Amino acid sequence: MSALLVAPVVWPLATAAILVLLQGRLPIQRTLSTASAAVQLALAAVLLARVATQGILVVQFGGWDAPFGISFVADHLSAVMVLVNGIMGTAVAVYALRDLDADRERLGYHPMFHVLLAGVNGAFLTGDLFNLYVWFELLLIASFVLLTLGNRREQLEGGIKYVAANLVASMLLLTGIGLLYGATGTLNMADLALKLPLVPDGLATTLAMIFLVAFGIKAAIFPLFFWLPASYHTPPVAISALFGGMLTKVGVYALLRGFTLLFVADVALTHGLLAWIAGITMVVGVLGAAAQTEFRKILSFHIVSQIGYMVMGLAFFTPLGLGGAVFYMVHNIFAKANLFLIAGIARWYAGSFELKKLGGLYRHRPLLAVLFVIAAFSLAGFPPLSGFWAKLVVIRAGFEVQAWPLVAVSLSVGLLTLYSMTKIWLAAFWSPAPAGVELRAGPAPALLYAPVVALALLTLAMGFASAPFFALAERIGAELTDPTGYVRAVLGEAAAAAFVAQGGAR
Amino acid sequence: MKSLILRTTTRPIIVVLLLISIFLLLRGHDLPGGGFIGGLVAAAAAALYAIAFGADAAARLLRVRPELLVGWGMAATVVAGLLGMLAGREFLTGLWWVIAVGDQELKLSTPLLFDVGVYLVVVGVILRFVLSLEER
Amino acid sequence: MEAYLAVVVGAVFAGGFYLVMQRNLLRFVFGLILLSSGVNLLVFTAGGISRGAPPIIPEGASVPVGEVANALPQALILTAIVIGFGLTVFAMVLLLRVYERLGTLRTDRLTAHLDDPQPVAGLPDDEAPA
Repeated sequence: MSALLVAPVVWPLATAAILVLLQGRLPIQRTLSTASAAVQLALAAVLLARVATQGILVVQFGGWDAPFGISFVADHLSAVMVLVNGIMGTAVAVYALRDLDADRERLGYHPMFHVLLAGVNGAFLTGDLFNLYVWFELLLIASFVLLTLGNRREQLEGGIKYVAANLVASMLLLTGIGLLYGATGTLNMADLALKLPLVPDGLATTLAMIFLVAFGIKAAIFPLFFWLPASYHTPPVAISALFGGMLTKVGVYALLRGFTLLFVADVALTHGLLAWIAGITMVVGVLGAAAQTEFRKILSFHIVSQIGYMVMGLAFFTPLGLGGAVFYMVHNIFAKANLFLIAGIARWYAGSFELKKLGGLYRHRPLLAVLFVIAAFSLAGFPPLSGFWAKLVVIRAGFEVQAWPLVAVSLSVGLLTLYSMTKIWLAAFWSPAPAGVELRAGPAPALLYAPVVALALLTLAMGFASAPFFALAERIGAELTDPTGYVRAVLGEAAAAAFVAQGGAR
Repeated sequence: MKSLILRTTTRPIIVVLLLISIFLLLRGHDLPGGGFIGGLVAAAAAALYAIAFGADAAARLLRVRPELLVGWGMAATVVAGLLGMLAGREFLTGLWWVIAVGDQELKLSTPLLFDVGVYLVVVGVILRFVLSLEER
Repeated sequence: MEAYLAVVVGAVFAGGFYLVMQRNLLRFVFGLILLSSGVNLLVFTAGGISRGAPPIIPEGASVPVGEVANALPQALILTAIVIGFGLTVFAMVLLLRVYERLGTLRTDRLTAHLDDPQPVAGLPDDEAPA
């Protein structure tokens, strides 16, 4: 059991080590990199199955018991996120086989890719706040390298903003961790859930705000999102897709974990603030996208907008809202990453990401157009695609707590999302190719299509056979709302009883 | 940099630095020191050599590419963690083997292996940066 | 003791934030270095300070005797220093690349040369899109 919980981190790290040693032997590196991503996906699936049957799994590193050692905890949320990361890792690894140039591969793309996967998995699984910081930094370093790999000028220009914003966020996170340790004397998250209620409310709220800013920069919420649309469209498509799909969601995951397990002393204030942030993030992101005319820049602004929906679910702080936020997050990772990958195929045919220089793809390649429609209209929330159900759950949670203004905002933002997706559809697919643009005779390599088709199928499955996904989201919502099970799994029965006695159980 | 004084003094200094780095690495478990600090000192020695004789000379002296050091170092840390698990304990659990050498005892352990891994990673990463900065 | 250190932390943070808000990216990185030192000091201070009592268990005992210093903040700081070191080195190399390819370290001029046909430092031009 211990092996299974450590594997999502150790496996990619070991792969990265071997890939470094194989530096320069591209064919072997490619095979190993892809195969390892697939194995990681399988391991993650086994982990989720095990969590579903046995409940929350815990491992204490080095045999040091919590709260003294470092714990890894897999509840349903963590296991689902690790599985999603495995799916994305595999999809992107396959896509990169044709998308990435040999120069970047020689510069160390493959090992860094696996270090990134390890960092993301570590952030999802750790049950210790300082350890979370360490995983954040690991995935940051890997993402810095991947983002600027190749040193193209627009990459450097976007990369420097990405690096600057994220380094400041890391400093703030560490500041918060230091102060939290000073106030409570522990950094184990379950132990913190037990000890934070003893901290004076004012101090607890101040700490919550520091963490809100630190996680908020990483999750790209308003007003801390500017670095995302400045950088995510610059690297190769495969890397863009992984970043756009997965990386900001690590920040959202940290918000979800932090503001359900730790910072719940003054819910009216913290989660009320989150509701405002959610609304403004949605609107600003979607308006920013409306002003853009570059395929990947439009998508980047939409990432920001859709983070708003996830934060909205968190702000409601009900089982339905939290489950909805997670359902939305998973749907969004698949759909968003898929759109990035489709943008790459569109570029393969038409040679550009600029909508002005794209066109005629529907006549040229109907299958690509269908794939785009599935992902784009799912993102815009068309029934019966996955995005519709995701929005429905979050908005129903809004009905429950009678947050009418936020519900109204989220509905109108949905319309604007549709506008952006229709804009891409009209410019790139429906209207004829502009003069001077010669569409490349296809078909594009199957390795580019395979992950796109797989992700589209997942989107369809989440839409047409949504029952099992809902059941899982419901369970996650319940687990996040009442963290007693989490505390029991990490610290044992006595601590859980104390937690309930404090009124921590909801 | 073509300075006779620097070049002449560099060679003995490097020997001392490398010895200190190994000393720091080995005493690190119970006393101040460890893989990171030892690695820094070793990297400082190599950086000094690169400054005095140029990046090419430093790369020749090193013989292996810095990336390989990073790879072996990462592999060593992962193996150190896994050994604990192979022994049926949790990941990263420390295992100790005490071997009698004459009347002294030699203590080998997975934390030592882990530290050696850290040492190699630190040396490799810093050299990678130093060499790429010195090359221009 | 903690009070004095808190003032020092505040001063270092103020300096760090001042530098971080400068237009020159080199100053920004110096600001980050200062900030990370400030954070390390903060963790150290927040963890509580005790003098001259290393947390070492004497021979034959199984628990520390008497009051000892808290070793955990130091372990945290050591980790943070290592991470901060790596990030700083990366940031410096990135700055060098930015300077070579974009010709400036001023944040308001970064985009100025982005669309020039010829790169600034005379390096080979960017590869054409695949």
